[in-house]
Amino acid sequence: MIQDYIVFVGVNIVLAWSVYVILLAGSLSFANGGFMAIGAYVSGVLTVKFGFPLVIAALISGIAAGLIGVLAGFPALRTRGIYLMLVTVGIAVSVKAVIESIDYVGGIQGFGGMVGTTPWHVVGLVGLVGGGLALLSRSPLQRILDAVREDELSAASLGINPIYVKLTCFGVGAFLAAVAGSFYAHYLIHVSPDQFGIVLSVFIVLYAVLGGTNNMWGPPIGAAIMTLTPEFVRGLEAWRPTAFGVIILCLLLIRPDGLLAFRIATTRTKVVAGSKPKQST
Amino acid sequence: MDVYPQSILSVDGLSKSFRGLTALDQISLDVRRGEILGLMGPNGAGKSVFINVITGLYPADYGTVRFLGRDVTRLPSYALARLGIARTYQNIRLLRRMTVLENVLVAIKDHVNRPLRSLFIRNRSRFVRAATTLLEQFHLADKRDWLAGSLAYGEARRLEIARALAGKPSLLLLDEPAAGMNERETEELGDTIRASRKLLQAMVIVEHDVAMMRGLADRLVVMDAGHKIAEGKPGEVLAEPSVIEAYLGTDEADE
Repeated sequence: MIQDYIVFVGVNIVLAWSVYVILLAGSLSFANGGFMAIGAYVSGVLTVKFGFPLVIAALISGIAAGLIGVLAGFPALRTRGIYLMLVTVGIAVSVKAVIESIDYVGGIQGFGGMVGTTPWHVVGLVGLVGGGLALLSRSPLQRILDAVREDELSAASLGINPIYVKLTCFGVGAFLAAVAGSFYAHYLIHVSPDQFGIVLSVFIVLYAVLGGTNNMWGPPIGAAIMTLTPEFVRGLEAWRPTAFGVIILCLLLIRPDGLLAFRIATTRTKVVAGSKPKQST
Repeated sequence: MDVYPQSILSVDGLSKSFRGLTALDQISLDVRRGEILGLMGPNGAGKSVFINVITGLYPADYGTVRFLGRDVTRLPSYALARLGIARTYQNIRLLRRMTVLENVLVAIKDHVNRPLRSLFIRNRSRFVRAATTLLEQFHLADKRDWLAGSLAYGEARRLEIARALAGKPSLLLLDEPAAGMNERETEELGDTIRASRKLLQAMVIVEHDVAMMRGLADRLVVMDAGHKIAEGKPGEVLAEPSVIEAYLGTDEADE
């Protein structure tokens, strides 16, 4: 039981971070459920049919998802705002449709036989990704990402290539989602396409957004709370989705910027607009 | 005429039209090493379009732009910025939700050119020191932890210029830096520009303010309706009848 919690919370934390990484450069991705599916299936085929070790298979599936993300993202990231979001929705929907139509991986029936994920795999992954993000948040690279998110035109006239930055973030996000998906699949033993519907992608975005996206600690908190809360309101089995929905609404009302919106780079300043007489020196 | 080594930016036959409307018609000019070139003209003359085509925001229809001898006509904005062409915008574009210091830090070349390597750069305090020195020159050091969006207009303008200089460019293009400023702010801006001059190889200023241009520019180019109508020393150019007619009107008599 406790194993279940560790694996599911850990996987969801990495998924939330995979959305956060893409959001760092200003794009909101609803494709990460699709990337997770690519990770689950590619690594599953590699371990079950070709006997690859789990970690290697997970990395390969991550790279595959990253490449697919970059290819699909290249035209998508040239569009902006709402259109970009729609394109990512399209990616998630098509990945599911494609998997359903491939008999080699069981079609709608799903694909089974994946084993080997221990809680340590997941804990290790969370540690690595968290460490990487912590390193990032103190580096000058964080400011480059901030600049692209704030104003692409401004960033470009400082020598930053916004498309490259956004595409890289998209690829890294896809990679993380796929690695999380591999570990998830090898814990569940059997996965089927209907697990990777668009709702999954929406939930992953909610993990990040409800936790707060202006620092790296928000998404894991959001993921942990949203993964564990349904377990504790289990008594009201039939009312679970409703209770869940009410909690989300309350969160959005009380903390519209997410639970952990304390940040840092943008609100770090002690002086707020207008709180001091403005004298030019 | 000057030849290559003397000329930082060399524009030849640059044309640009929007849906049949000619914004730039066969513009040719050189920006020489060490000079401040003033670009003047009435509204709609094509001055801002000129800056935007030079910096890769709009693609040119015809003509070539050479920067330090290299053809840069088709390069995107970020590549031009890396080569050393910096600019400011007519409607100031700062990273408003980042601090004053961060606005300057983000422009430092080492980071911008190798984003991934910047993850592992050691001794980051030297960048902060360099940025603070720059802010001191622009009288912004005491506001380095303010959000850029909370600065007064004149300060925001100074910060935009400081940020443009943080990348150590060779050429700086200022698009109407004095727009919306009062007389005192304009005067201060003149000092700021004179102070930045020694950090650069050349500067182009697009401006309306005749007095300011007379005081700052080494040479003037006057545009009207997408054409270049005059070029030369400020005193001579501003006295030309065609310039007075196209742009200055009776204002010249006021001086």
